[in-house]
Amino acid sequence: MRLLYEENIEDIALGAAVLGTGGGGDPYVGKLMAREAVRQYGPVELYTLDELDDDDLIVPSAGMGAPIVIVEKLPAGDDMIRAFQALGKYSGRTPRGTMSIEAGGLNSIMPIYVAARLRIPMVDCDGMGRAFPEIQMTIFTAYGITASPFAMSDERGNVLLMDTVSNKWVETFARSCVVHMGAEGMIALYSATVKQLKEAAIYGTITLAEEIGQTVREARRNEANPVDAVRAAVGGFLIFRGKITDVDRRIEGGWNRGDATMAGTGEFDGQVLSLDFQNEHLAVRVNGEFAATVPDLIAVLDGETGEPITTEALRYGMRVAVIAFPCAPQWREPEALKLAHPRYFGYDVDYIPVEERYRGL
Amino acid sequence: MRIGIDVGGTNTDAVLMDGTSVVSSTKTPTTANVSEGIARALRDVIEDSGIDTAAIDGVMIGTTHFTNAVVERKHLTPTACIRLGLPATVCLPPMVDWPLDLRDIVGGNAHLAHGGHEFDGREISAFEPDEVRDIAEKIKAAGLNAIAISSVFSPVNSIFEEQSAEIVRSVIPGANITLSSEIGRIGLLERENAAIMNSCLRQLAARTVDGFKAALDELQITSPFYISQNDGTLMNAEFAKEYPVLTFASGPTNSMRGAAFLSGLKDAIVVDVGGTTTDIGVLQHGFPRVAALAVEIGGVRTNFRMPDTYSIGLGGGSLISPPSHTSPLSRGESTLKVGPRSVGYELTEKALVFGGDVLTATDVIVAGGSQDIGDAGAVADLDRDLVAAVQARIMEMIAIAVDRMKTSATPVPVIVVGGGSILVTGAVEGASEIIKPDHFPVANAIGAAIAQVGGECDRIFSLAELSRDEALDQAKQEASDRAVNAGAAAESVDIVDVEEVPLAYLPGNATRIMVKAVGDLVEAG
Repeated sequence: MRLLYEENIEDIALGAAVLGTGGGGDPYVGKLMAREAVRQYGPVELYTLDELDDDDLIVPSAGMGAPIVIVEKLPAGDDMIRAFQALGKYSGRTPRGTMSIEAGGLNSIMPIYVAARLRIPMVDCDGMGRAFPEIQMTIFTAYGITASPFAMSDERGNVLLMDTVSNKWVETFARSCVVHMGAEGMIALYSATVKQLKEAAIYGTITLAEEIGQTVREARRNEANPVDAVRAAVGGFLIFRGKITDVDRRIEGGWNRGDATMAGTGEFDGQVLSLDFQNEHLAVRVNGEFAATVPDLIAVLDGETGEPITTEALRYGMRVAVIAFPCAPQWREPEALKLAHPRYFGYDVDYIPVEERYRGL
Repeated sequence: MRIGIDVGGTNTDAVLMDGTSVVSSTKTPTTANVSEGIARALRDVIEDSGIDTAAIDGVMIGTTHFTNAVVERKHLTPTACIRLGLPATVCLPPMVDWPLDLRDIVGGNAHLAHGGHEFDGREISAFEPDEVRDIAEKIKAAGLNAIAISSVFSPVNSIFEEQSAEIVRSVIPGANITLSSEIGRIGLLERENAAIMNSCLRQLAARTVDGFKAALDELQITSPFYISQNDGTLMNAEFAKEYPVLTFASGPTNSMRGAAFLSGLKDAIVVDVGGTTTDIGVLQHGFPRVAALAVEIGGVRTNFRMPDTYSIGLGGGSLISPPSHTSPLSRGESTLKVGPRSVGYELTEKALVFGGDVLTATDVIVAGGSQDIGDAGAVADLDRDLVAAVQARIMEMIAIAVDRMKTSATPVPVIVVGGGSILVTGAVEGASEIIKPDHFPVANAIGAAIAQVGGECDRIFSLAELSRDEALDQAKQEASDRAVNAGAAAESVDIVDVEEVPLAYLPGNATRIMVKAVGDLVEAG
């Protein structure tokens, strides 16, 4: 167990933006919530799974809705607590702690708020090792952990509880209910015992995010190359350095889809990269050949500062570096891969792990 | 005739313009008492041109005074904040992310009340007049008169902010109240921050604007005067006293607007070369392209429509570090550095051509023969290869920065302004042409002189009830109405910018529409 203080949160937020792979929402509001809660209630205890009892119940907390709404209708805070507690009540068990459902963006950091306020452990693991747009897209789904019972609360005090036949049904119902809550709902879902999590969860998420943030901060201070620092911290590969020459966006089925084209610079001179995104980055092709796809992680960083760039912020002329790094190994098991296979997102290709594509480089 | 004045940190510039031609211009040092510097600049251009002050139709002033007050934590009035949105927003109260020293000065007197709206216009909770009255009594008891009022999604519906203001006024007659919906866009904390800073600055604004008026009176200038806003439009003196926060970052905007005017171009890249930095911005329809990200003022996050500029450490005073010859492998340009260190305002003492001993970008340009500044003999012995390499490096730095700001690969015209414009000696890759207009050193004052009046709308529309065209029409009408209210002649109002952002992670069709309208100032008399 170690303690998370205000200083740690800044680093975690930056790392979370890298692991958000272009989506997941701006961690700013989550960072402030976590920081204020730690200021008020004291540091949060961060546990590894091994430090907890196998029977302990852990309930992940998250927010759902439109990222642009959360910057205006700031969360009540009580809504997160209410969803968390409602789930415990419905399950008939008091949760021992909370955790992040995803490693990237806003949701990786918001559970720190719950942990601080309820003075319960935060567990250093998550259910994706990255960010994905839909509720059922977790490793947990593949390991038979159910998103139900599912609780969603708004600031008014409404609580919706769902018990569904599949995790995909939670996504379907919750997505339309959240609109009635003003496109912002706080949720608790995927409750699991430590024993289940030891098998299914992705370990060390918060620590990884923090290390990425720390590395970038130190690289900037030492005038070292922050892009290389991020790449090393995540064990990834430099796919490309170049300039964005075109960005094409469209809305498909409520998703923010599009692609960006980049022209290589330096060692990548003469090469062309295309990057596809659906809220998060899905695939990159260099000179028409796939270089990395989901479920591996693809991050676009500012070429100079190493600052992660979200898909909304991609713009012509930006000098960027694209790095890709391996997803959590659990994603590569057949059951999990079905949920996040390139084919699920409409690419008729096999999934080849990024490190196999880049072996020997 | 109009007079444009730009009060910067170092210089106060003024221009006298007759229609579209510059009659006279001046650069004077900025004074601690801003009005004195303005009076001197006014006197300079009037005496230089010999015109009758009765012929002056308007004086337009751009100033960084209010930005500096926040940055330097000076002259700020303690201000309370009332936010309407309960039960939402509780975990992040007003001023939550302010630097502590500034929060202490402002007082940290924050209150939450019921009200607020959803993105689609529904109420979050019912407005409770008694609750606001109780808060107003507390603020009164604390001895505060300055108050900012914010409400969740007030850009969609501002009714609760207005109702609250009425109640506060009934409790605290003559209260200095800023509504967040009047000055900001979506992003509650950022908009609220701006509203609080606005109320903080109003006393200073009243004094400053009165000082401007006194300076004009002294010179018997009876025409109305205006203050420039960060979006390149004007507000009249009374409005400026009410909304000083809208002057933040008006400097770069004026410089870009001046460049547009001087060159006659509406779509171009503007390169403003100063002593230490070069700012690159983009003109779209004659106005600066606006930054997409949050901008901090004195450590406080705001979401003003600030010009999207990219700065590089290149200016007339940039230090040149020649390539080192210690390693046989490091040859030529690879180790040559131009900037970011600079002699800055000491250029006229430290540069070689001015008798100093520091090799600056200006020295290299003089050595290259394209400019005759100071003592060219002092740089006659500079290595020719070095001169060529530095010039090439400067143009490369500008080309990369220009390219970064472009929206497509199509070549665009580049307008070069600012005192350091001499650094631009050749073609810029990706530029269709390079324009160095006359009067380039005072482009900012010209930008102030030619400014128009504008209005904005930034709202989320649900396309379930409205067609997209209807929503766009509504937004345009709202922006136009605001421009007219701000003093634009109705027949001259034009829509200059429309931006639509569909909301992600949501089924259904909600879209955020931002529209900007501008028009010519209604002529006095």
